Order: sequence, then C-alpha cells, then structure tokens
Amino acid sequence: MVRIYIDQKPYDVKPGKNLLETCLTLGLDLPYFCWHPAMGSVGACRQCAVKLFKDENDKTGRLVMACMEGVRDNMYLSLNDTAAHDFRSQNIEWLMSNHPHDCAVCDEGGSCHLQDMTVMTGHAYRRFRFPKRTYQNQYLGPFLHHEMNRCIQCYRCVRFYKDYAGGKDLDVFAAHNHVYFGREKDGVLENEFSGNLAEVCPTGVFTDKTLREHYTRKWDMTMAPSICQHCSLGCNIIAGERYGALRQITNRFNGAVNGYFICDRGRYGYEFVNDPGRVRQPVIRGEKEGRNLFESLSGILTGGKLLGIGSPRASLEANFALRRLVGEENFYQGISENEAGLLRKILAIQHSGHVYTPSLKETEYADVTLVLGEDPTNSAPRLALALRQAVRTKPLENIAGSNIPLWNDAAIREMIQDEKGELFMAYPVNTKLDEVASGMLHAAPEDIARFGFAVAHYMESSVPEPEGLPAQTKESARRMADLLQKAERPLIVSGTSLFNEDIIQAAYQIGQALEKAEKKAGLCFVLPECNSAGLAMMQAPSLAMAMRAAETGEFATAVVLENDLYRRAERSEIDRFFNAFKNSLVLDHLENDTARKATVLIPTATFAEGEGTLVNNEERAQRFFQVFMPKNEHIRESWRWLDEFRQFREGTKPDELRELDNLLEELVNAMPQFKGAEMAAPLSDFRINGQRIPREPHRFSGRTAMLANVAVSEPKPPVDTDSPLSFTMEGYRGMPPAPLTPFYWSPGWNSGQSVHKYQSEAGGPLRGGDPGVRLLGNAVHFSNGFHSASPAAFKRQMDEMALVPLTHIFGSDELSVLSPSVEGRSPRPYIALNSLDAERLHVSEGAILKMRIGDQVFDLPVTLKNELPEGLAGLPYNLPSLSGIAWPAKGVLTNATV
Amino acid sequence: MISLLRSIGLIFLHMFRKRETIQYPEEKVVLHPRWRGRIVLTRDPDGGERCVGCYLCAAACPVDCISLQATEDENGRRYPAFFRINFSRCIFCGYCEEACPTYAIQLTPDFEMGEYNRQNLVYEKEDLLIDSQGKYPGYNYYKVAGLAAGVKGKGEGANEEPPVDIRSLIP
Repeated sequence: MVRIYIDQKPYDVKPGKNLLETCLTLGLDLPYFCWHPAMGSVGACRQCAVKLFKDENDKTGRLVMACMEGVRDNMYLSLNDTAAHDFRSQNIEWLMSNHPHDCAVCDEGGSCHLQDMTVMTGHAYRRFRFPKRTYQNQYLGPFLHHEMNRCIQCYRCVRFYKDYAGGKDLDVFAAHNHVYFGREKDGVLENEFSGNLAEVCPTGVFTDKTLREHYTRKWDMTMAPSICQHCSLGCNIIAGERYGALRQITNRFNGAVNGYFICDRGRYGYEFVNDPGRVRQPVIRGEKEGRNLFESLSGILTGGKLLGIGSPRASLEANFALRRLVGEENFYQGISENEAGLLRKILAIQHSGHVYTPSLKETEYADVTLVLGEDPTNSAPRLALALRQAVRTKPLENIAGSNIPLWNDAAIREMIQDEKGELFMAYPVNTKLDEVASGMLHAAPEDIARFGFAVAHYMESSVPEPEGLPAQTKESARRMADLLQKAERPLIVSGTSLFNEDIIQAAYQIGQALEKAEKKAGLCFVLPECNSAGLAMMQAPSLAMAMRAAETGEFATAVVLENDLYRRAERSEIDRFFNAFKNSLVLDHLENDTARKATVLIPTATFAEGEGTLVNNEERAQRFFQVFMPKNEHIRESWRWLDEFRQFREGTKPDELRELDNLLEELVNAMPQFKGAEMAAPLSDFRINGQRIPREPHRFSGRTAMLANVAVSEPKPPVDTDSPLSFTMEGYRGMPPAPLTPFYWSPGWNSGQSVHKYQSEAGGPLRGGDPGVRLLGNAVHFSNGFHSASPAAFKRQMDEMALVPLTHIFGSDELSVLSPSVEGRSPRPYIALNSLDAERLHVSEGAILKMRIGDQVFDLPVTLKNELPEGLAGLPYNLPSLSGIAWPAKGVLTNATV
Repeated sequence: MISLLRSIGLIFLHMFRKRETIQYPEEKVVLHPRWRGRIVLTRDPDGGERCVGCYLCAAACPVDCISLQATEDENGRRYPAFFRINFSRCIFCGYCEEACPTYAIQLTPDFEMGEYNRQNLVYEKEDLLIDSQGKYPGYNYYKVAGLAAGVKGKGEGANEEPPVDIRSLIP
C-alpha cells in the first residue's frame, strides 16, 4: 500500500496501478475514453488530465494524463484543480467539435460514455460554428451498424479488434484529422467478437444492428441477470426486454468467467425467443377442443409408466422436475451413448483430484497451452479469446525488469514485438487460432489422441509410447512435453467436439504425467451444450438406453423435455422409439420434429421467460433469472409444468396444485453432488431493507401508456414469486449482490462503463465475489473406465470415409441459428475433402457429392481442405439440414454426376 | 361595522365592472399560442414526420403516459411505429415538448378533450399527427443531423464539409 494525496485528502492505495484506475477504484469520477480495464492505457484521448504536484508545498504543479502515470508513494495530485478541470472540459469541447447532432437518432444515446463524460466535464453549449467533418459509412454485416461521423478517435475499436481479439479486417485508415476506422472496403466483419465493438466504442460509431430492428433505449428495458445458452462456457449476460420481446443481450461482467467480452453467437443468438413459430399453446393431438388441459392429460399422466428424456439445454431444475415425475430409474439423458460416455469420462477426470479445472479467466494466464482436438473459436468462442490472451500475456513475464508497468499497453507491445506464448493446436483442419500457435498438427482424431499419448510418454515413461508415429509428430510431441514440463501454468484444452474418447484420455494422461512432475496441470474441457455438465452429473443413462427400455413395452408415455431427439440419432431410430409408446408428451419452446411428433405438446419458457440453474464446463453452477413475464399464460418454465404434472399424478386436484417452494434445495437433497448449486444466487425471499431489486431502471418510461390501448386502467404488475427481483422500477436502488445485478448504472455513468462501480477495484472482481458456485470437490464418485493403452492409428478405408464433425460458431448451435442475423453468417452445408481424395472421386471444388450415412443420404458441395488427412471428410456439425447424424460417423461418398 | 359596510359597498361596485366570466361553450376562451393543451405530433417543412422515435418525451414524462416504438424506413429514417399518449394520465406539464430534440411533439392551445369514456382518452399516432409544422416552422432535424436518412446525403447538411476521402493524404 502506498499513500497518495488527492485534493489534500490522503488515500492508501495499491501500488502498480495507474492513477486513473486508482481514482476510479476510490470512487472518484474522472472522465476517460481510450483506457479500458482489459486493454490498458495508451494515452490517446487526453481526457483524464489531473494536476500532479512535486510535493506538498508545490502550488504550481503540472498537468499529466492519469492513465499514463503510475501510483507512487507520497504523490500529491488534484482532480478539482481549475487548470485540470478546464483542460478536460476543453478537450471534450474539441472532441465534440466534429461530433454530429445525432443523439436523438443514435442507438448509443442513454448508454453513451461520451454523453456521460460530456456532462461530467460540464461542456454544455457548443461554441464551434464551423462546418463539421463527415465520413461515408460502411456495411459491416448483420451484426454491427457503422456511423463514422460520431467517432472521437480514441482507437479503442482497433485496439480491441486487432490487438485483443486478433481480427484482421478492421483498421484505421487515412491520416491527421481524417482518420477512419473501418474495413478496407464494405463487407462483413469476420471476427467472432465483433459485437463487443458496440460496447467498447465509447460513442455510437459501432452499434448493435439487431437492436436497431426493434430499437429501445437502455432505460426503457426490463433487464435481468442471465446466462448465455449457446455453449458450455456459461458467459454471464444481461438480457433486456420491452413490449414482450427480447431486445438486446449485453455482456455482464464476471471476473472469473467472461470478463468484459462475449462472443457474437451469445450476443446475437437471442432472437429465437421472439420467433413467431414458437410453441405458444398446449396441443393435445386427437383431442376434441374445449376440455381443460388437466382433464385431457389425466389419462396420459395417471395411466401407465412414464419414461423421461432429459435435456442438456434445459436447466437443472427442469431436468430434476422430470426426474421426480418419472422416477429416478426411468429418467434418461437425452444424448447419445457416445456423448454420454465422453461426459462421464470428463466428469470423472474433473473429480479425480489429479488435475485442476481452471476457470475461463485462469486460462488467460496459461504459459503453455496444448489444444487437443478442439477448435475453440467455433466450439467455445470465448475460450478462444482467452487463449489469445494467454499467448499475448506470456511474454510479459520477460519485461518484469524493464521498469515498464503492465498497464502501459503501447509500450509493452513495442517491447515484446512479435513474441508469443506457447500454443499448440491439434485439430483435423486449420483453425483461426493457428495464426497465433507455435505448432500445429492436422490429423485424424485417433492420431490426435496418439499425439497426446506421445506427449504424456515423453514426460512419464510409464505411459506406453504409441507405435508407428511419424518422426515429425514425435518431434513435436517431444518438444511439447518439454515445454509443458518447464511451464509454470500448463493448460490442456480438450473436449467432446470430435467425439473421441481417446483424446480425452490422452489429455488426462498428460495431466497425470504433469502431476507426477509436481506441476498442477489445468485441464479445460469444452462440452457440447449449456447444461451438458449439469445433466451428466445426474448420472442417468443415455438415450440409447432409453430406446432399449422403450422396447420392453412397459412404458405407456415418453416425456421429452426441451430436446429435439431427431438431432440426436437417426430418424428411423427415433421414429421407432416414439412408436413404442402410446403417447408422447413433449415440452419445448420450439416447433421442431420432435414437437411435431408429440401427442401432447406443452409450451415452455425460454431462458428469458423463466429461470433456472446451469452448470458450465468448469462445473460452475450459475443462475439465470426471468427477464419478463410472458403475456401468454401458457408459456411457463418446464419445471413448473413438470412439478404440477407430478402433483397431479400423485392425486392432487388441478385447482389444488401447490406452487413450488424451493426446487433446488430438494435437488441438492436428492443428489448431493449438486451441493452448493442452491447458493448460486440469493433465494427468493432475499430482500435489502425489505425491498426487492428492480429489473427496470429508475427512468423506465411509458408505464401508464404501454398497455393503454388494451385497457386504460393499468393492470397490477406481475409479482415474481421465484426470485428477489421485481418486474417494476420500484425497489432497492443501491448496489445489489453480484448474482442479482440486472444492469449496470451509477449516477453520472449511464453506459456499461459504470461496471467499475460494481467492482471491488477497477478491472477486478465484482463486489462480494464473482457469481457462480463451483461444484467441484464434492466427494461423489463418478465411474471412469480409465485406461492407458494408446489407440490404434487412423487407417484410410477404401470404401468409406471417416467423417469428422467440424463445429461452426454460427450454425452448429441449435438455438442461436434461429436468429436471422446468426443464420446469415452460418455456412451452407458442405463436405470438406483433401484434394487427393477429391481427385479419386473425380470432383473439384463446388461439385456435388452424394453422401450416405446409414440410411440417410445427403447431397453436398465439395470444399477442398488440403490440410485434412486423406481418408477423412469434414462435415459441418449440427447444421439444421445436417442433424440427426450419430457421431462418430462414417459415410460412403459417391460422385453424383457420374 | 364600518368595514362590513365598506365590503358591501365594494361588492356593489363590482356589479358595474367588466365581466370576466364568459359564456362557454357558446363563447370561446382566448388562449395564447404557448398555452399547454392537447399534444400533437408535427411535420417538417417537407411534410415528413418530425418524430424520430428518440424516446426522450417518454423519459421526461413525469406520469409515464407516453409510449412509443421507433422503427426505420428503407432510407434509415427513424419514425415511430406507434405513438400513444394516455391523456387520462397526462398533466399537460409540457416536459415532453421541452425534451423533444426535433420540435415534433408540441402542446397546443386546445383543451376541449372531454370524453364520457376514459378509454377514448388514449390517443394513438393517427390521432396525434397533424399536417402542420406547429409553432416552429422551418426546422428539419435531418438537415442538421450527421446521419444520412434520405433527406440529405453525407456532407450535404447545413454546416457540413463534404465527406472525407480516406485515400487522400493531402492535408
């Protein structure tokens, strides 16, 4: 701790920080633009000027930029000094001289950092009478709108896009007072994190294009803390609603998970909630209308045994409610046997105590990273961004002696030049992370596993060496083993994307070998869906087992929870499964093939209309909260429906059904492996000073008019019985606990930059700790089936091709692809081949190949990927038109034209 | 006693003063142009809707009786898809007019809005939008705003330089 004096008041502050972050941590309002807690200082905007004095007797002082000045002991500075204040105010006036008269039609208005800073410095009237500079805008794709006139040249966008996220196609052009931030020419911004520009930009140059379709100001949205549903990382998000439609997703800071940034799939994948084709009414097929729902259901629910199929995209509560309805022994995971096996293995590894499961934030500090059979950019995008940071921050260790503070971004980048941390990518095709990788291997999944075993072998000779490895692979394995052994924070990233158990086993072998060398290896696994870990922890048998159980004929009804089974296995198998039952009761919010097959279809809430708990890939239980009460009373959380069905089945009359008290507590009692999940957020009776936490900002408008067209008397606002949040603007106005923060706002700070007021120090964890509870460390046995025999090498087959599933950030996720903006970025179906294989089939790029998998036939255009090993064909994973393939798969390819 | 008589006298004299009471509704009240009555949405000199759907009137409204949804035409010009004022809640404070950055929403000297049914006091955009510029003739927001929305191109505004040629290095 060092002592500094700000305006003659002494403060004890942390050394090693700059003055700007120190002032913000102390709660002092100092305007800034170019500094960003995740990106450091460059001193470009000249906005955070303060007066610095030599000593306590110095009355003259000098102006310095707070973001470029480190904290030293016995520092005397002044924020309120007239010269400093005037400097800041005049600086804004200069920046504003070319800023257009646009606030009324600017989407940033109301959450604009430039507005906030202008008000903060007191510049209220424009004195500049001369013509303003103008620019032409560019088309930047379906995610971002460009309005270049508003730019204040802080360089944050290129620093984020190029330096932080590794984008190539956004840059600064032209010179002097004409600098232009955009692409070389119009076109779609390629980077997967481009949406963050809308939050990084302090003004309205880059704004959310999907929000523009149904524009709402931040102050008018009903917001709730939520969890992204589109991959297994569980990034924290804020979801905002107005007039019954979900309007916007923004990042919710969680220092242990996503930090300041989320990917574009998470930001733009929300529109399935507003899909007009959603299930909105309970449907009972073959039933005459007019009967009460429970009357019609009585035969189905009370007659005969029920078989329950859970879902990795439904919450813990929903899966548990289904398990209680159908009974523990009749509850099945709605995933394939292969996937279930992989997840069992991963859970066993995570609970083995031999390896460390790092949080997403911790992966940013890995010094040597080995990625085995994953393409994080596509399967867990935010992890790819974290790995980029790992590569970028590693060389900073070497500058420790150079007297350059870590926050001085431009200087340290200059110092480390092109130095990078170690990252090795093993994946069948090129990935975006290859460009920052120090080594890579393009091989079949089996060979990637063998490579992993070889790495383990070179560290720990008791692991058998895989036979017949090519010399080059051996060499890179030896090098990798060497690097991992020397590393201080080694990280192995693996996962389920290639559906290969040996890869996961190999990752574990490396982890164990490192443990023997007394290194704590971080093992980070990428899982398929948002609650895959939670469902797997319930230790239920897989869908294949459910099919076998169905064939016994003892079940009358299948209850399928939020799961499109036709995506999980071949169509004929699922048809056979459904035919084994008299009735099928499907709960879902989407109209899909399974929903069409159902005899009873029950509409359920999406993440925006209900609440629940998800367990992410590092087994962090996180709570998401209901954003709004749907106008349609039939849209209710699955767990609410299922619990009522259970009560009804047990003989309760429909009008005597009880509301749930606390499903999570019962879940923890029934399954102790979830102990701690109930603490992920405060319980529903939590109050501060007897008050709820409002979902709406205090400026929320239109309360007495928004429903006046229906009836001029305002209805009573809905009451939330399941959480401490309220659906109105009334309630506690102070700082809510971190898991319950519905939006970031602080007096004078309307934009998302106000998040620093919610942190224990600027850029640090949230006050009261980052939300989410890790479920690791509960002594529950997960059977493993570990083995140490290395698998056989991949052999090319003459008659059929081994298929590898290639995940795509836009397209491979079931829900996000329903957003028109994401759908526009998703690839058309294709088949990727090595050109030698293509030659054998007499096809060239773009030609159509017929592919037969089992009894399914697909016509697919050829894409040549020469890095793909011969005998392998890449198929985009889980595109809507390519679902229903049982992975790992093999396919017979024939030339359609011959 | 004397004061009592004095009061009676004064009141007697008032009988000969000019009458302030008017015979409403036969006789109409004289209202000043800035009198705050019925709210209207005005048009710009070119006949386009002035309202750009910025939500500032709704935010300024102390009784929250304004509700709207912004949308865009093919040129990127913003306008309200719906605009609703619940006059049964309105207190005619005029804050919405003060907040409006485009002179779109204006209060007019008209108070004759009585209804037998409260529901009829909910005015939609078609009830509010008039074919006039109201109190502020000549103003067209899109001529002075920086963005191009079909009214003017980039750099063609009132006080704008032509768009920067980013491929030029000439100062």
